[in-house]
Amino acid sequence: MSISSLKSLRSVVVPMSAGWSLFLVGGLAHADYALNFQKPVTEIGREVYDLHMLVVWIITVIFVGVFGVMFYSLFKHRKSRGHKAATFHESTTVEVIWTVIPFIILLVMAIPSTATLIKMDNVSGSDMTVKITGYQWKWKYDYMDHDISFISTLSTPQDQIKNKAEKSENYLLEVDNELVLPVGKKIRFLVTAADVIHAWWVPQLALKKDAIPGFINEIWTKIDEPGTYRGQCAELCGKDHGFMPIVVRAVNEKDFTTWVKEQKAIKLAAVAAADKTWSKDELMQKGKKVYAQCAACHGATGKGVPGVFPPMEGSKIVAGPVAEHLNIVMNGKPNTAMAAYAAQLNDIDIAAVVTYERNAFGNDTGDVVQPADVKVLR
Amino acid sequence: MSTDHHEDRPQGLTRWLFTTNHKDIGTLYLWFSFTMAVVGGIMSLVIRSELWEPGLQIVEPGFFNQMTTLHGLIMVFGFVMPAFVGLANWQLPMMIGAPDMALPRMNNWSFWLLPPAATLLVLSLFAPGGAPGVGWTLYAPLSTRAGMGMDFVILSIHMLGISSILGSINIIATILNMRAPGMILMKMPMFVWSWLITAFLLLAAIPVLAGAVTMLLTDRHFGTSFFDAAGGGDPVLFQHIFWFFGHPEVYILVLPAFGVFSQIIPTFARKPLFGYTSMVFATATIAFLSFIVWAHHMYTVGMPMGGELFFMYATMLIAVPTGVKVFNWVSTMWQGSMTFETPMLWAIGGVFTFTMGGITGLMLSVTPADFQYHDTYFVVAHFHYTIIGGSVLAIFAAVYYWLPKWTGHMFSEPLGKTHFWLTLIGFNLTFFPQHFLGLAGMPRRIPDYALQFTGFNEVSTVGSFITIVAQLIFFYLVFKCIRGGKKATDQVWEDAEGLEWAVPSPAPYHTFATPPQVK
Ligand code: HEC
Ligand SMILES: [Cu+2]
Repeated sequence: MSISSLKSLRSVVVPMSAGWSLFLVGGLAHADYALNFQKPVTEIGREVYDLHMLVVWIITVIFVGVFGVMFYSLFKHRKSRGHKAATFHESTTVEVIWTVIPFIILLVMAIPSTATLIKMDNVSGSDMTVKITGYQWKWKYDYMDHDISFISTLSTPQDQIKNKAEKSENYLLEVDNELVLPVGKKIRFLVTAADVIHAWWVPQLALKKDAIPGFINEIWTKIDEPGTYRGQCAELCGKDHGFMPIVVRAVNEKDFTTWVKEQKAIKLAAVAAADKTWSKDELMQKGKKVYAQCAACHGATGKGVPGVFPPMEGSKIVAGPVAEHLNIVMNGKPNTAMAAYAAQLNDIDIAAVVTYERNAFGNDTGDVVQPADVKVLR
Repeated sequence: MSTDHHEDRPQGLTRWLFTTNHKDIGTLYLWFSFTMAVVGGIMSLVIRSELWEPGLQIVEPGFFNQMTTLHGLIMVFGFVMPAFVGLANWQLPMMIGAPDMALPRMNNWSFWLLPPAATLLVLSLFAPGGAPGVGWTLYAPLSTRAGMGMDFVILSIHMLGISSILGSINIIATILNMRAPGMILMKMPMFVWSWLITAFLLLAAIPVLAGAVTMLLTDRHFGTSFFDAAGGGDPVLFQHIFWFFGHPEVYILVLPAFGVFSQIIPTFARKPLFGYTSMVFATATIAFLSFIVWAHHMYTVGMPMGGELFFMYATMLIAVPTGVKVFNWVSTMWQGSMTFETPMLWAIGGVFTFTMGGITGLMLSVTPADFQYHDTYFVVAHFHYTIIGGSVLAIFAAVYYWLPKWTGHMFSEPLGKTHFWLTLIGFNLTFFPQHFLGLAGMPRRIPDYALQFTGFNEVSTVGSFITIVAQLIFFYLVFKCIRGGKKATDQVWEDAEGLEWAVPSPAPYHTFATPPQVK
């Protein structure tokens, strides 16, 4: 190695090892150049963090040991220094030693890992259950014990994504409806999906589980402190995989009870609203909002994506009988990306979005679909 | 000798189309894989440019997914695998003292299946809806719902698979039947051993992949529901089948690299390989273990705990034979008389970076912690350290090691070294920060990201451009070396051992028409 190559070696090794040492002493991540896990807020999270750091220390020691020897050799045992090659080429003793020692190191890792895994697996004795369903590209939460359910979607405006507006602090990690949970309670999650595989991941809770259509996975958590914890879908699920965040807002028990009451009131109001007859303007206004969910595929201007997602502009179904239009929106189309929206949207939303589609993008059927028309189809 | 044959060999295009000569076919494989590396490399630049800063800059999310999918498939099936088969074609006969491969016509076929397969893969971009944006892992049911591009990919994988199977049958037949008298198995060079074991891995793993994509095809078009829960199927089944292929596949990519390191390090340390026998057994053990660890790629699917524990323990075990290999390479250097010609630099760099990927692999084996690492940039960093750090650096090491034998000229050492240092620096700048991104919570396969990930993504993008631009040097160097340069001796490297150094440089079209005697 020439002097210049030694220098360039240093230019890589120095910043890299500086990064790694910072990582070892610096602990948890928060800054712009975050190096490590976000701060865990559950007991399991802390155990996982400790396990992670245990293994990191082990591999750091192995790394420094092995490459310490190698670099020593690279500098000392070179021809240019006149070093003569030895001739040895085997030793059963050392071979046995460096087979056995790794085994022992592995045991040191395997024992605590097994213990933590067993704890993670124990979902029994939970205080409440939330069912999580992944959809392309949003999450639905059903509070099984409280009869509350809602959809949670990205709330970052398109303008920020398209670089037309300044990005907000929680860019891409903010949603319209947060998953509100009480602290100090053991919460069981049932994780599933309606279309393709997603994965529900909140780093600070140390929870990541695949959401698989047709299967239900169980996980649990018990959050220590109130706060907002952000995560994302972790399994590639199509075009907008990068745009389906998760926001958990952990609150104390009293606030949780208040929140539950509010949600019930909102639900009652919605039931009342579904019974009245809506004007076309009201439906169009509401429909435009709901259509934001459809725009991911069918396009904000109803043009779709050629070859993949059909346009709403000039669609035969949209221009055809209302019943067929309602049918595809409510029941979807099996084995395509078109989901059954009956489970995701309420009667008002479905009536509104169908009315909207039939009277926007140059479609002018003039049809008005009422929530009551949807209700009879359920 | 067989010089008169030279005169009969066709010239021009037909020479390459109809050739059954292992050296010609090796050359074809190597140029093909270089071309694919360029295509896949350009795609990686599209990915890294989009990730330069938050927001959508240059591509739409759907197209971004198409890029990650094709980048992965092309680099694995179009670049790394064919590159090693190319090296095998050139070197195996010369290293075991055989006149050619055992099945020369089939050899021609194995190669000529590749260009149409690769074309199909790239053409999928122009299918209605574009290439599938489902990731190289092709997970159902995302892939069963993808557009027509997916069918292109399925057909292409079938052709690539047939090519690999034919190639590995040929390699096994050659190694087992055509060794020179006296070359017993336990005297074979390590590169030959690694390829023998790799070829068996290919034979076992590729048909499984073919099965998986065939089931995808019938689910898509013929009404089956292997992977559709609504029809009684199971989406997770796809992952089990895929990774039953996929884990051996990663060793298919890296075992030949181990073989290359084991050839080069002793040459430039001027000392025999330390622990030859344990190297052979470690390689075989790794190959065996590679078939019982597949589910560590899918810890989060919700396996029963017993399963998760089994796969965790089995995965940890792989560290033992892999550790043995690294220790043996370091012991080979120890007390040697080392010089650092270009091939040696690449080999040492390869051992170093591969080991970094190996130890992050140990982190990933720990199930409860893997729940956090899984599907993040940590994993992206990990496997690029093993595949670029291990396999790709080894491919360059091998090309530099044998290039003088192939062309008859020495290459430019300063250029080779510059290529090495720029690649090493660029590669580490690209992928080292990705460890931190993953730990801090950035998922993989996303076209846009939260603001706190900006800094390291910028570093990574700069690194990727350095890495790719550095490869222009390689192209220029090879081009120059073919055209001329200092005459290479037959021995090429002072202390290299093996039959390939007994033949003239450049190696004549036919070598070992009469087998040498190995003592
Ligand atoms: C994940 C992508 C996706 C989303 C989101 C989506 N659709 Fe669709 N939609 C599709 C696909 C794909 C089809 C075509 C299905 C087929 O016939 O193959 C489709 C078809 C349709 C059709 C029939 C169009 C035609 O001409 O055949 C209508 C109407 C429709 N969708 C309405 C909606 C509404 C309303 C929403 C929002 C509530 C919505 N879609 C959300 C993917 C989507
Ligand atoms: Cu998702």
